[in-house]
Amino acid sequence: MYAFDVETPSSVAEAVAALKDEEATALGGGQTLIPTLKQRLAAPEKLVSLSGIAEMKGISTDGGVLTIGGATIHADVAAQGDYPALAALAGNIGDPAVRNRGTIGGSLANNDPSACYPAAVLGTGATIVTNTREIAADDYFQGMFTTALEEGEIITAVKFPIPEAASYQKFDQPASRFALVGVFVAKTADGVRVAVTGASEEGVFRWSEAETALNKEFRSDALMDLNINAMNMIGDLHGTKEYRAHLVKVMTRRAINAIG
Amino acid sequence: MTQVTMTVNGKAVSGEAEGRTLLSQFLRDGLGLTGTHVGCDTSQCGACSVHVNGKLVKSCTMFAVEADGAEVSTVEGEADEDGTLSTIQQAFQEHHGLQCGFCTPGMVMATKSLLAENPKPTEADIRAYLSGNICRCTGYHNIVKAIMAASGQDVSAIAAE
Ligand SMILES: Cc1cc2nc3c(=O)[nH]c(=O)nc-3n(C[C@H](O)[C@H](O)[C@H](O)COP(=O)(O)OP(=O)(O)OC[C@H]3O[C@@H](n4cnc5c(N)ncnc54)[C@H](O)[C@@H]3O)c2cc1C
Ligand code: FES
Ligand code: FES
Repeated sequence: MYAFDVETPSSVAEAVAALKDEEATALGGGQTLIPTLKQRLAAPEKLVSLSGIAEMKGISTDGGVLTIGGATIHADVAAQGDYPALAALAGNIGDPAVRNRGTIGGSLANNDPSACYPAAVLGTGATIVTNTREIAADDYFQGMFTTALEEGEIITAVKFPIPEAASYQKFDQPASRFALVGVFVAKTADGVRVAVTGASEEGVFRWSEAETALNKEFRSDALMDLNINAMNMIGDLHGTKEYRAHLVKVMTRRAINAIG
Repeated sequence: MTQVTMTVNGKAVSGEAEGRTLLSQFLRDGLGLTGTHVGCDTSQCGACSVHVNGKLVKSCTMFAVEADGAEVSTVEGEADEDGTLSTIQQAFQEHHGLQCGFCTPGMVMATKSLLAENPKPTEADIRAYLSGNICRCTGYHNIVKAIMAASGQDVSAIAAE
């Protein structure tokens, strides 16, 4: 790693001020950023640690909306009981040590094409809250490792309207523990949402044909005649494009069956 | 350089750290606590696992300055002053839960947090909990046995080989 300073602000205002410096980068749990720094793929002069900011941590439910602070670790999301499908997703990210450091804000800012939280956020129709604005999930994800966040903008919270029922089904890539393919299905107030991670070159996406079919009839057989085009799928040594396209349908059906 | 102060295995310690100094480096090079091993240095293998404020973390993927003021426990804190092994260490020894021993400090620390959260884990619970701790030698069976034994459970149901 190149040398850098680490600042440890205790409020969002202080963190935002420290991030005004062009050479500064936010540090969440470091589970992605520290390995990146070790590989010298990034060379910030200053890291601004968000983990000491109390107002960015914690979970609360009000009026059917679950709000999670941007610096909340995966283990704490796994322990909440108000949104069980989200708890199950968080409890299956990586391993216990990763879940004790990694944060929801870090995961969403990074937007890894195989990460789990993007599927939950897009599949639930959640809202990303930053220090300056609120961003709807449908506007937030802009392709792999790309989001609507501006330079120096930080995710302070995420608001999930708790759906009637939901399930996340992940086909683990056993070495990395990320999703080879993961599908989040939710029955929301505005209809069924289906979000797919791990599969597409474009990052997380909504499978709209499946949503239309499931809004007519919520059964796994409703997907019988649907197929995902393999062309834009990720193909690598862990699975071909065709294999991933096939898995999308399999995992969607599993999620529907889990909801029942 | 910043002065970092923390409690390690119950003792107050302090030392100099750069921003980029990892907690694993601070423990090993700064304090001479080389029981915490560094295997991959990329947050995959878990050999460097320690507890920070009671929580299992990979010390190669946390900066020393982030642990300023924290309570840290490492494998050196497991045995008594006179060298008497902890229940977990004793069980690893009795059930041959190690061969080369490189992964063992991390395995012991992971086991300690598993048993704190779940005092009577099933075999499946144990295997799932150890997903971030890699062992190149044992094939895991004897590690699972050791953890079963450390939690006071019957080990005969775990496959022998
Ligand atoms: C062994 C291992 C297994 C893993 N398995 C999975 C898995 O199964 N599924 C999965 O989804 N993920 C997995 N991860 C990734 C893990 O969830 C990371 O914790 C997460 O991707 C990054 O979160 P972080 O808090 O560690 O962020 P960091 O690594 O600190 O930061 C990542 C990026 O986000 C930025 N950032 C951090 N916080 C904020 C914020 N609040 N606002 C704005 N920008 C911010 C940083 O500047 C940086 O660019 C795994 C990681 C490891 C090491
Ligand atoms: S050395 Fe830290 S996880 Fe391998
Ligand atoms: S005993 Fe050698 S790596 Fe586990």
